[in-house]
Amino acid sequence: MQIWNWSGFFSYLINPYILNGVLTTIWLTVVSLIGGLVLGFVVALMRRSNLRLVTVFAKFYIWLFRGTPLLVQLIVIYTALPQLGIRFSVIEAALLGLALNEAAYLAEIIRAGIDAVPDGQSRAGRALGMTERSIMRHIVMPQAFKVIIPPLGNSVNGLLKTTSVTSVISMEELLRRTQVLIQEKFMVLELFAVAAIYYLLLTTLWDFVQRRIEKKFGQSTQKLSLEDQR
Amino acid sequence: MIEINQVTKWYGDYQVLKKCSTRVEKGEVVVVCGPSGSGKSTLIKCVNALEPYQEGAILVDGIEVGNPKTDLPDLRTRVGMVFQNFELFPHLTIEQNIMLAQRDVLGRSSELARKKAKGLLDRVGLADQAPKYPSQLSGGQQQRVAIARALAMDPKAMLFDEPTSALDPEMISEVLDVMTGLARDGMTMMVVTHEMGFARRVANRVIFIDSGEIVEDCPTDEFFAGNRNPRTESFLSKILNH
Ligand SMILES: Nc1ncnc2c1ncn2[C@@H]1O[C@H](COP(=O)(O)OP(=O)(O)O)[C@@H](O)[C@H]1O
Ligand SMILES: [Mg+2]
Repeated sequence: MQIWNWSGFFSYLINPYILNGVLTTIWLTVVSLIGGLVLGFVVALMRRSNLRLVTVFAKFYIWLFRGTPLLVQLIVIYTALPQLGIRFSVIEAALLGLALNEAAYLAEIIRAGIDAVPDGQSRAGRALGMTERSIMRHIVMPQAFKVIIPPLGNSVNGLLKTTSVTSVISMEELLRRTQVLIQEKFMVLELFAVAAIYYLLLTTLWDFVQRRIEKKFGQSTQKLSLEDQR
Repeated sequence: MIEINQVTKWYGDYQVLKKCSTRVEKGEVVVVCGPSGSGKSTLIKCVNALEPYQEGAILVDGIEVGNPKTDLPDLRTRVGMVFQNFELFPHLTIEQNIMLAQRDVLGRSSELARKKAKGLLDRVGLADQAPKYPSQLSGGQQQRVAIARALAMDPKAMLFDEPTSALDPEMISEVLDVMTGLARDGMTMMVVTHEMGFARRVANRVIFIDSGEIVEDCPTDEFFAGNRNPRTESFLSKILNH
């Protein structure tokens, strides 16, 4: 058996089965990001609530999902919950796990962004007769956004790679499909190289997009990218 | 227009306001002064419900501020407020700063809101600054924009919380001039300030607060003529001597 098979490597680089896995990785990222953002925003608002019970719940949520590995969360959702009668398909379980996990990280990022806007800004909005909802939408969030974008971008980069964890519940994304082919063809090195190249491609493309967004909203990554997760 | 009746407020177990009572008639200008930490900001924040109070009552235009049934956003559009630190919205242009609440709260069309903004910017002498962002303006200019922003809601009264104390000395008069103009046009105003020249020229009454108590509340002439409470005397000698 030869050590490195070039023709095998190139054929898997354009293999439709693998390419479909790449697409799955992309939409898993996009959908769980959207879910994570919506849920993360809600948790961030709960975290800042005046009602103690609500705050405690939000804190507990963040503590739980940031304090346990996504791997464990996925297995609980996919294999343990059915024993309680709550059943999810692989796709549902994968999306749910990713979104719930992502939300815990994003909630903290969003909260930090909101906290960075001085109280005086909300007070000025209130003094003009604006409702809390309007103040959040027109005054606080646009300013918080600038602070949120750099760590959010890094979080998306992480998420692109983290989707691979869903392979353990047999979600057919890039890594899972790579592993399936490895089991059939035994070209371990070639196939993992192909997978690595696609992850690199995705994260590099995202880097490029992120830089464009940051430029548009004017704040450097270095200043605020303290968030490094997983 | 504004009636403050026996208002008492606590921050935890610290009593900030002690049975404060006063009233501001329509068209009247009342200056509020007193040492730092005496409760001046707290008192005027109670007037537009930015701070709750525990006892007493405040009536604005006949509406009880502390009543849980009061529509606070509606009440606040009737009372404009200007802050020490301007609090312009940095992500919006000057024009957008003045248009935002007009559109969001009063539901004005954007043409109408823009027209109003232009007129008010003209009135505060900043007609040419509309497309700029707040950070491109001097402190005095920003404060004048903040006044225009509050006026855009067509308030019946205006509250000012030390509007010139964050400004470099050379910018103070441009802001005071705008406020003087407002007073001459008949606006009802409650102004926290230590600018005694302004008080003397413009105010109908001067209130002196010390440790949460209204110690002095009298017509401007009387206030400056003497015969004051010793606490007022000692405060005034401090601020007038430098
Ligand atoms: N949010 C708050 N919580 C607790 N104490 C406060 C708060 N705001 C103000 N205070 C206290 O209340 C007192 C009056 O404050 P303030 O009304 O701002 O005074 P002034 O405007 O006259 O300088 C001060 O002693 C201040 O420390
Ligand atoms: Mg104050």
